[in-house]
Amino acid sequence: MSREWPLWEVFIRGQHGMSHRHVGSLHAPDSERAIKNARDVYTRRNEGVSIWVVEAKHIAASSPSEKGPMFEPSRDKVYRHPTFYDIPDEVGKM
Amino acid sequence: MYAQMIKSEATQEDTEKLAAFQARIDAGQKIEPKDWMPEGYRKTLIRQIGQHAHSEIVGQLPEGNWITRAPSLERKANLLAKVQDEAGHGLYLYCAAETLGVSRDELTEMLLDGRMKYSSIFNYPTLTWADMGAVGWLVDGAAIMNQVPLQRTSYGPYARAMVRICKEESFHQRQGYHLLMHMMKGTKEQRRMCQDAMNRMWYPALMMFGPSDKDSVHSEQSMRWKIKMNTNDELRQKFVDETVPQAKYLGLEIPDENLRWNDERGHYDFSEPDWSEFFDVIKGNGPCNVDRIAARQKAWDDGAWVREAMLAHADKKAARRAAGELKNVA
Repeated sequence: MSREWPLWEVFIRGQHGMSHRHVGSLHAPDSERAIKNARDVYTRRNEGVSIWVVEAKHIAASSPSEKGPMFEPSRDKVYRHPTFYDIPDEVGKM
Repeated sequence: MYAQMIKSEATQEDTEKLAAFQARIDAGQKIEPKDWMPEGYRKTLIRQIGQHAHSEIVGQLPEGNWITRAPSLERKANLLAKVQDEAGHGLYLYCAAETLGVSRDELTEMLLDGRMKYSSIFNYPTLTWADMGAVGWLVDGAAIMNQVPLQRTSYGPYARAMVRICKEESFHQRQGYHLLMHMMKGTKEQRRMCQDAMNRMWYPALMMFGPSDKDSVHSEQSMRWKIKMNTNDELRQKFVDETVPQAKYLGLEIPDENLRWNDERGHYDFSEPDWSEFFDVIKGNGPCNVDRIAARQKAWDDGAWVREAMLAHADKKAARRAAGELKNVA
C-alpha cells in the first residue's frame, strides 16, 4: 500500500483586513488535518490569523504558453490609468 | 551548505529553446513549475533540493539527541523550537522538489536506499551539550552562508522556500552562539567542553561547502543556470572570515595552526579540511551514517500504520459525507 496523502495548497491571512495569500503546500489526509498541519508548518511565528487550504488538484491555472494572448491585450490600454489624462494644475487636486 | 557535490545533468535539447531558456535566466526571470525547462535543469534541481530537504530532516537527529537532556527549561524550549523549524524547512523543500514532478514517497525512498544523499555534516556525533552550541553557531552558520544567495536562485519555488528558511534560520545560529557564550563564562570544565566541540566541528563545518572549486566539476553548468550562486571556495572563505572574530570573542581557539590574516588578499588563510575524510563520509563510512539512516528507516516503518489509518479515516468520512450522514466541513 503506497497511496500518498494528497497535496494541499495553503493560504494564510497575515493580519486582520488583509487578503489570504498563498504561502506553500503540504500533504495531509483530509482538510481538517491539512489546517492543523498548516498551523504547524506555516505559522510557527505568529504569521497568521486565518488559514485556507485547497486540495491542489482543484486549482486550475492559466498556461504559461498562453501568457501572450491572456495578458497582452491589457498592455496597450493605457487610458485605463489615471495618469493618461492630463488635468491642468489650476483645477486642484483630483 | 546542505547540498554538496550536486552532479549537473547534461542537456540535449532543441538549441533554440535552450538559448531562450538561458536568456530568461540571464535576465533574472524566475522559472516556474509549468514553464518549459531543460531536462538537465529539472533533474539537477530535484537532486539538489532533495538533498537539501533530506539534510534538514536528518539534521534533526544530532540535535534531537539532546532535547531531553537540556540543562534548563529555557534551553530545552530553544532547542525544541529549532529542531521543529528544521522539520518545517524540510517540508518547504520537499514541496519545492515535488513541483518538479517527483513524489514525496519517491524522495523518501531514494534517501532510505542511498540513491540520494544528505549533508556530510550530520554523520558526525553530538557528544556533549557544548555540541548544541557548536552546531547552531558553525553548522547553521555555514548553511546560512549558502542559503542567503540561494534566495535569488532561478527556480521560483526553491527561491521562495529559501526566503522563508533564511527568515527563520538566523535564530538557529544565534541560539547556538548564545549557548556557547554562556558556557564560556562557566567552569573550566565547561570551557574545555566548548573547545572540544569546536575542535571536532571545525573541519566538518568547512567540508559543508563541498570540495574545492578546482575539483568541483559540476559547478559551471549549475552556476549558469543560477541554481548555484557562488563557488564552494568563495563561500568557505566568507565563512572563515566571519567566524574568526566570533571565535575570538568567545575565547575559543580555531584548531588550525595555519590560520592567519593575509593582508594582501584581505582574507584569512586557512588549512583545507582532509578531503579524503569527506569522500569517505559521503560514501557512507562516517561515524554515524548507519545510525542516521536506520533512524529514518525506523521512523518511516513505524509511521506506516499511522499514514494508512489516517487515509482510511479520511476515506470513511468522505463516504459518510457523500451519503449525507455528515455535514460538509466548513
